[in-house]
Amino acid sequence: MARPKSLRKVVKPPGFKGYKPYGHQQRRQKPVDLLYEEYEALKLADYDLMTHQEASEIMGISRATFARIYERARRKIARAFVEVKEIKAVYGHALLDKSWLVCNKCFARFTIPETITERNCPVCKSYNIETVK
Amino acid sequence: MKTLITSTADTVDAPFDKRYGRAAWFCILNEETGETTFYKNENAEAQGGAGTKAAEKTVELGAQKVISGDFGPKAKDLLEKFNIQMVIIEEDLKVKDIVERIKG
Repeated sequence: MARPKSLRKVVKPPGFKGYKPYGHQQRRQKPVDLLYEEYEALKLADYDLMTHQEASEIMGISRATFARIYERARRKIARAFVEVKEIKAVYGHALLDKSWLVCNKCFARFTIPETITERNCPVCKSYNIETVK
Repeated sequence: MKTLITSTADTVDAPFDKRYGRAAWFCILNEETGETTFYKNENAEAQGGAGTKAAEKTVELGAQKVISGDFGPKAKDLLEKFNIQMVIIEEDLKVKDIVERIKG
Protein backbone atom coordinates (compact mmCIF):
# COMPACT_ATOMS: atom_id res chain seq x y z
CA MET A 1 0.00 0.00 0.00
CA ALA A 2 1.26 3.47 -0.86
CA ARG A 3 2.19 5.76 1.98
CA PRO A 4 -0.79 7.97 2.87
CA LYS A 5 -0.46 11.55 1.74
CA SER A 6 0.21 14.08 4.47
CA LEU A 7 -2.49 16.72 4.43
CA ARG A 8 -1.77 19.97 2.69
CA LYS A 9 -2.95 23.04 4.52
CA VAL A 10 -5.19 25.26 2.47
CA VAL A 11 -5.88 28.68 3.97
CA LYS A 12 -8.92 29.46 1.87
CA PRO A 13 -10.67 27.13 -0.55
CA PRO A 14 -11.28 28.38 -4.09
CA GLY A 15 -14.27 30.72 -4.39
CA PHE A 16 -15.61 28.80 -7.39
CA LYS A 17 -16.81 25.32 -8.16
CA GLY A 18 -15.38 25.33 -11.64
CA TYR A 19 -14.68 27.15 -14.91
CA LYS A 20 -16.26 26.54 -18.29
CA PRO A 21 -14.91 27.48 -21.70
CA TYR A 22 -17.31 29.26 -24.07
CA GLY A 23 -17.48 29.78 -27.81
CA HIS A 24 -16.26 26.30 -28.65
CA GLN A 25 -17.93 23.83 -30.98
CA GLN A 26 -16.97 20.55 -29.42
CA ARG A 27 -19.08 18.21 -27.45
CA ARG A 28 -18.85 18.35 -23.71
CA GLN A 29 -15.77 16.57 -22.48
CA LYS A 30 -14.75 15.27 -19.11
CA PRO A 31 -13.64 18.16 -16.89
CA VAL A 32 -10.15 18.51 -15.45
CA ASP A 33 -10.17 18.04 -11.67
CA LEU A 34 -8.17 20.80 -10.01
CA LEU A 35 -7.51 19.82 -6.39
CA TYR A 36 -7.76 22.39 -3.61
CA GLU A 37 -4.07 22.03 -2.80
CA GLU A 38 -3.20 22.63 -6.45
CA TYR A 39 -5.29 25.77 -6.47
CA GLU A 40 -3.61 26.88 -3.25
CA ALA A 41 -0.13 26.18 -4.65
CA LEU A 42 -0.85 28.20 -7.77
CA LYS A 43 -2.29 31.03 -5.70
CA LEU A 44 0.66 31.20 -3.29
CA ALA A 45 3.30 31.05 -6.02
CA ASP A 46 1.76 33.09 -8.83
CA TYR A 47 -0.76 35.35 -7.13
CA ASP A 48 0.84 36.03 -3.76
CA LEU A 49 4.26 35.79 -5.47
CA MET A 50 5.87 33.75 -2.72
CA THR A 51 8.94 31.62 -3.14
CA HIS A 52 8.36 27.88 -3.17
CA GLN A 53 10.11 27.64 0.20
CA GLU A 54 7.73 30.13 1.88
CA ALA A 55 4.68 28.65 0.22
CA SER A 56 5.60 25.09 1.20
CA GLU A 57 5.94 26.16 4.84
CA ILE A 58 2.45 27.66 4.80
CA MET A 59 1.02 24.47 3.38
CA GLY A 60 2.94 22.30 5.84
CA ILE A 61 4.73 20.23 3.19
CA SER A 62 8.29 19.99 1.88
CA ARG A 63 9.56 22.28 -0.85
CA ALA A 64 9.87 19.37 -3.24
CA THR A 65 6.28 18.26 -2.66
CA PHE A 66 5.12 21.82 -3.12
CA ALA A 67 6.97 22.03 -6.43
CA ARG A 68 5.28 18.85 -7.63
CA ILE A 69 1.81 20.04 -6.66
CA TYR A 70 2.46 23.42 -8.28
CA GLU A 71 3.66 21.81 -11.46
CA ARG A 72 0.61 19.58 -11.58
CA ALA A 73 -1.65 22.62 -11.12
CA ARG A 74 -0.04 24.45 -14.07
CA ARG A 75 -0.17 21.40 -16.28
CA LYS A 76 -3.82 20.76 -15.51
CA ILE A 77 -4.78 24.33 -16.32
CA ALA A 78 -2.72 24.25 -19.51
CA ARG A 79 -4.42 21.00 -20.50
CA ALA A 80 -7.86 22.46 -19.80
CA PHE A 81 -7.04 25.50 -21.97
CA VAL A 82 -5.56 23.61 -24.88
CA GLU A 83 -8.05 20.75 -24.91
CA VAL A 84 -10.98 23.11 -24.23
CA LYS A 85 -12.05 21.38 -21.07
CA GLU A 86 -13.91 22.51 -18.01
CA ILE A 87 -12.02 22.93 -14.76
CA LYS A 88 -13.64 21.56 -11.65
CA ALA A 89 -12.51 22.33 -8.10
CA VAL A 90 -12.16 19.07 -6.18
CA TYR A 91 -11.42 18.61 -2.49
CA GLY A 92 -8.24 16.52 -2.78
CA HIS A 93 -5.99 16.16 0.27
CA ALA A 94 -6.57 19.58 1.75
CA LEU A 95 -6.70 20.45 5.41
CA LEU A 96 -8.72 23.58 5.83
CA ASP A 97 -8.35 25.79 8.86
CA LYS A 98 -11.39 25.22 11.10
CA SER A 99 -13.29 23.92 8.17
CA TRP A 100 -16.80 22.59 8.02
CA LEU A 101 -17.62 20.11 5.33
CA VAL A 102 -20.90 18.93 3.94
CA CYS A 103 -21.79 15.47 2.65
CA ASN A 104 -23.58 15.59 -0.70
CA LYS A 105 -25.29 12.28 0.01
CA CYS A 106 -26.83 12.59 3.48
CA PHE A 107 -26.34 16.38 3.90
CA ALA A 108 -24.67 16.07 7.29
CA ARG A 109 -22.24 18.86 8.10
CA PHE A 110 -19.06 17.96 9.96
CA THR A 111 -15.51 18.85 10.88
CA ILE A 112 -12.47 16.65 10.37
CA PRO A 113 -10.02 16.99 13.26
CA GLU A 114 -6.32 16.38 12.66
CA THR A 115 -6.45 12.98 14.31
CA ILE A 116 -8.77 11.56 11.66
CA THR A 117 -7.14 10.51 8.42
CA GLU A 118 -10.20 9.31 6.54
CA ARG A 119 -11.59 12.07 4.32
CA ASN A 120 -15.18 10.89 4.10
CA CYS A 121 -18.57 11.52 5.67
CA PRO A 122 -18.64 10.29 9.28
CA VAL A 123 -22.29 9.28 8.99
CA CYS A 124 -22.83 7.57 5.61
CA LYS A 125 -19.11 7.08 4.74
CA SER A 126 -19.60 8.75 1.35
CA TYR A 127 -16.55 10.38 -0.25
CA ASN A 128 -18.78 12.87 -2.03
CA ILE A 129 -18.01 15.78 0.29
CA GLU A 130 -17.20 19.46 -0.13
CA THR A 131 -16.57 22.52 1.98
CA VAL A 132 -19.41 24.63 3.33
CA LYS A 133 -19.29 27.99 1.65
CA MET B 1 -14.68 4.19 17.88
CA LYS B 2 -17.26 5.74 20.17
CA THR B 3 -19.81 8.20 18.87
CA LEU B 4 -22.01 10.42 21.00
CA ILE B 5 -25.50 11.12 19.71
CA THR B 6 -27.69 13.60 21.57
CA SER B 7 -31.08 12.12 22.40
CA THR B 8 -34.40 13.31 23.85
CA ALA B 9 -34.94 10.09 25.84
CA ASP B 10 -33.06 6.96 26.90
CA THR B 11 -34.12 4.76 23.98
CA VAL B 12 -33.06 4.48 20.34
CA ASP B 13 -36.70 5.01 19.27
CA ALA B 14 -36.63 8.56 20.63
CA PRO B 15 -36.03 11.50 18.29
CA PHE B 16 -32.47 12.73 18.51
CA ASP B 17 -31.98 16.01 20.36
CA LYS B 18 -30.88 18.92 18.18
CA ARG B 19 -29.33 20.73 21.10
CA TYR B 20 -25.93 19.68 22.35
CA GLY B 21 -25.33 21.21 25.78
CA ARG B 22 -29.01 21.01 26.72
CA ALA B 23 -29.77 17.63 25.26
CA ALA B 24 -31.72 15.44 27.69
CA TRP B 25 -29.66 12.28 27.13
CA PHE B 26 -26.37 11.33 25.57
CA CYS B 27 -26.31 8.11 23.61
CA ILE B 28 -22.89 6.51 23.23
CA LEU B 29 -22.67 4.26 20.20
CA ASN B 30 -19.82 1.81 19.97
CA GLU B 31 -19.23 1.58 16.21
CA GLU B 32 -17.44 -1.76 16.39
CA THR B 33 -20.09 -3.66 18.35
CA GLY B 34 -23.13 -1.51 17.52
CA GLU B 35 -24.03 -1.27 21.22
CA THR B 36 -25.71 1.83 22.55
CA THR B 37 -25.50 3.12 26.12
CA PHE B 38 -27.46 6.06 27.46
CA TYR B 39 -26.25 8.65 29.94
CA LYS B 40 -28.45 11.34 31.45
CA ASN B 41 -27.26 14.89 30.91
CA GLU B 42 -27.19 16.40 34.39
CA ASN B 43 -26.51 19.86 33.03
CA ALA B 44 -29.47 20.07 30.67
CA GLU B 45 -31.21 22.58 32.95
CA ALA B 46 -28.05 24.46 33.99
CA GLN B 47 -28.11 28.25 34.08
CA GLY B 48 -24.99 28.59 32.00
CA GLY B 49 -22.01 26.66 30.72
CA ALA B 50 -24.05 23.69 29.57
CA GLY B 51 -22.04 23.44 26.36
CA THR B 52 -18.74 23.42 28.24
CA LYS B 53 -20.00 20.73 30.63
CA ALA B 54 -21.29 18.65 27.74
CA ALA B 55 -17.93 18.86 26.00
CA GLU B 56 -16.20 17.75 29.21
CA LYS B 57 -18.62 14.86 29.54
CA THR B 58 -17.93 13.89 25.93
CA VAL B 59 -14.20 13.67 26.64
CA GLU B 60 -14.88 11.75 29.87
CA LEU B 61 -17.00 9.19 28.02
CA GLY B 62 -14.24 8.78 25.45
CA ALA B 63 -16.27 9.70 22.38
CA GLN B 64 -14.33 10.83 19.31
CA LYS B 65 -17.32 11.94 17.33
CA VAL B 66 -20.41 13.93 18.36
CA ILE B 67 -23.64 14.06 16.39
CA SER B 68 -26.11 16.81 17.21
CA GLY B 69 -28.23 19.52 15.61
CA ASP B 70 -25.94 22.42 16.45
CA PHE B 71 -23.07 23.41 18.73
CA GLY B 72 -22.65 26.60 20.72
CA PRO B 73 -19.45 28.64 20.41
CA LYS B 74 -17.96 27.39 23.70
CA ALA B 75 -18.69 23.76 22.93
CA LYS B 76 -17.25 24.17 19.43
CA ASP B 77 -13.98 25.61 20.73
CA LEU B 78 -13.57 22.87 23.32
CA LEU B 79 -14.42 19.99 21.00
CA GLU B 80 -12.01 21.39 18.44
CA LYS B 81 -9.28 21.53 21.06
CA PHE B 82 -9.83 17.91 22.03
CA ASN B 83 -9.85 16.85 18.35
CA ILE B 84 -13.39 15.55 18.58
CA GLN B 85 -15.25 15.39 15.31
CA MET B 86 -18.48 17.42 15.22
CA VAL B 87 -21.37 16.38 13.01
CA ILE B 88 -24.48 18.47 12.43
CA ILE B 89 -27.63 16.85 11.14
CA GLU B 90 -30.56 19.13 10.41
CA GLU B 91 -33.13 16.48 9.51
CA ASP B 92 -35.66 15.24 12.07
CA LEU B 93 -34.41 11.76 12.76
CA LYS B 94 -34.68 9.14 15.46
CA VAL B 95 -31.55 8.00 17.23
CA LYS B 96 -31.88 4.59 15.56
CA ASP B 97 -32.03 6.20 12.09
CA ILE B 98 -28.64 7.77 12.72
CA VAL B 99 -27.27 4.51 14.11
CA GLU B 100 -28.50 2.75 10.95
CA ARG B 101 -26.81 5.32 8.72
CA ILE B 102 -23.51 4.90 10.49
CA LYS B 103 -23.70 1.13 10.23
CA GLY B 104 -24.47 1.61 6.53
